Amino acid sequence: MSATDAASQNRGVPEPAFGFWRRSYAMLVKEFIQLRRDRVSFAMIVMIPVMQLLLFGYAINTTPRHLPTAVLIQEDSDLARSVLKALENTKYFRFTREVHSVAEFDDLLQSGKVLFGVEIPRGFERAVRRGDRPALLVAADATDPVAAGSALGTLGAVVQTALAHDLHIGDPPAMPFEIRAHARYNPAAESRLNIVPGLVGTILTMTMLIFTALSVTREIERGTMESLLSMPIRPVEVMFGKIIPYVIVGFIQASLIVGIGTLLFGVPILGSVALLAALTTLFITTNLSIGYTFSTIVQNQLQAMQMSMMFFLPSILLSGFMFPFAGMPVWAQYLGEALPLTHYIRIVRAIMLKGAGPSNLQYDTIALIVLMLVAMTIAVTRFRRTLD
Amino acid sequence: MSSVSTTSAADIAIKVDGLSKSFGGREVVHDLSMQVKRGSIYGFLGPNGSGKTTTIRMLCGLLTPDAGEGTCLGYDIRRDADKIKRLVGYMTQRFSLYQDLSVRENLEFVARLYGMRDARGAARDMIRRIGLNGREEQLAGELSGGWKQRLALGACTLPNPQLLLLDEPTAGVDPKARRDFWNEIHALAAEGLTVLVSTHYMDEAERCHEIAYIAYGHLLAHGTVDEVIAKSALSTYTVSGDDLNGLAAELAGKPGVDMVAPFGTSLHVSGRDKSALETTIAPYRDKRGWRWEDSEPSLEDVFIDLMNRSKDNFQ
Repeated sequence: MSATDAASQNRGVPEPAFGFWRRSYAMLVKEFIQLRRDRVSFAMIVMIPVMQLLLFGYAINTTPRHLPTAVLIQEDSDLARSVLKALENTKYFRFTREVHSVAEFDDLLQSGKVLFGVEIPRGFERAVRRGDRPALLVAADATDPVAAGSALGTLGAVVQTALAHDLHIGDPPAMPFEIRAHARYNPAAESRLNIVPGLVGTILTMTMLIFTALSVTREIERGTMESLLSMPIRPVEVMFGKIIPYVIVGFIQASLIVGIGTLLFGVPILGSVALLAALTTLFITTNLSIGYTFSTIVQNQLQAMQMSMMFFLPSILLSGFMFPFAGMPVWAQYLGEALPLTHYIRIVRAIMLKGAGPSNLQYDTIALIVLMLVAMTIAVTRFRRTLD
Repeated sequence: MSSVSTTSAADIAIKVDGLSKSFGGREVVHDLSMQVKRGSIYGFLGPNGSGKTTTIRMLCGLLTPDAGEGTCLGYDIRRDADKIKRLVGYMTQRFSLYQDLSVRENLEFVARLYGMRDARGAARDMIRRIGLNGREEQLAGELSGGWKQRLALGACTLPNPQLLLLDEPTAGVDPKARRDFWNEIHALAAEGLTVLVSTHYMDEAERCHEIAYIAYGHLLAHGTVDEVIAKSALSTYTVSGDDLNGLAAELAGKPGVDMVAPFGTSLHVSGRDKSALETTIAPYRDKRGWRWEDSEPSLEDVFIDLMNRSKDNFQ
């Protein structure tokens, strides 16, 4: 139709008064009605900001206190007890384990069960009385420099004050012993050493979740679900068929991130690459299963995206990726334990930075397997085999 | 299977009793019972929203009936949905294959889902059978309506089903493609396949061995086309001549006249009470310019009448 034709036709239909506003209003009313019908989206409008605020407000503590600490006491003396009490009084440390050998001490640090270890050497009290200034060893897991940093930084001064008060010796000009702080695994406190392994998990969480979160809703929205359901295929088969291709995609993605991390950022892989690959595959599958579970719950792709965000946000905040896990309040730690990223971040940091082996990672590996199986079970039971 | 005698069970492809289904408090299918013989083409007719799609979905296990029971190919529709799915090809009303897969990939997917050994070979043979050679690599979403419908039929016949459920397969398809499609259906039925096909088109109904008419969820009539027409007890006069519109307007609503419908250059005047109809039309029969003829009602007359009556009863 030529421009003049169109113009002459338009003349026949007069533009209504306030046409722009009427049409905009019509659209606006329609959008509101649709939004109101979409319960999940509506809930998200409230949930996302509230959750974000609560998590940021309460859970995040960049100067964490009460960090789990192991003690290795080689000498049972008054002074030793006073020193330990002084350490605990700094509020930075919480003595959760008492160990009896250096090997046990190292193992706890490597597996991430404690963040600090304090060793009081044999003959400590006598050396102090002799004025030998013996060394008190405080070893820290410095993979997360934020968690370890503030405790180590203020250690000397705080202990001195506490001790002076406890021993009633006034304010001595110098410490009667030396505190030898040992920042393990990341002595230079380089945050990239901590961030890069964490990023492997964070990026994988985001991408894997979205791949599968859209998968079932896409079939429903495109109408292909009706055909699929009329054919002899079981829910488990649908699930595996939709997850497995992305395990490969995820594996390639993970290799890429780890490769760049080691080549460009100089992050080491101290542990076994095969173990890292195996547990990364497990983590990828867990996330894909969770995404797939979402897609069996939501009604459309928008809801799937929102639900993924709802899951992704706490994963970043509560997993120990951004903020020290041990510094979070207990309820937040429990929430964190339910997130696969929490366990994977421990695994990936332990393997890459601490050279941890399978025996150090049992708990987190089992946690990932349990989360995966729970997600898969929910997905298979939620998957509707009919159009009812 | 229990004590059902084997001969009759073997002859019957679908047997359902008292099927009902509601959605959100609205009953879409009400107490529906029907039987479809093996190897026959069974037409399922009725207006939009009459419950045809819902019934078909209950037959193949996509929906669970609220009440009623039945068997499909000898398997219980409630308990044996998995077994039924292996033996039934269901062609959905809306194209529901993967638009982003090619013709060949869609067919191979179906073949693999049914566990066929040579999925590639089966897909290749089907492409030839449905005349899609040369388009194997075209994406399904890019096919025209007629080709999509052929592909969909190909996909649901690929695993050699015993029963085909076709939900308005020819909606929006041109007459030539429709005729080809029906020829294919008859060829399949001749091979022993049972076909249940829903449609709006009267000419398609007449191509079926048996038909059932369903409106507002109720099965109103069933049998062969002739049986359905005979059972309707409708009397119809065909009028030809001038100013039929004026005549139609005058007759509509008069006693004994249940339906007045123009058919091309003639007018069908129908009524269930023949004597009342004849009394009413008597003064018009002598007028010049009109030619009255006592004729058989068409299938469409019967269906519209059934629909009008059921509206009075169920709405």
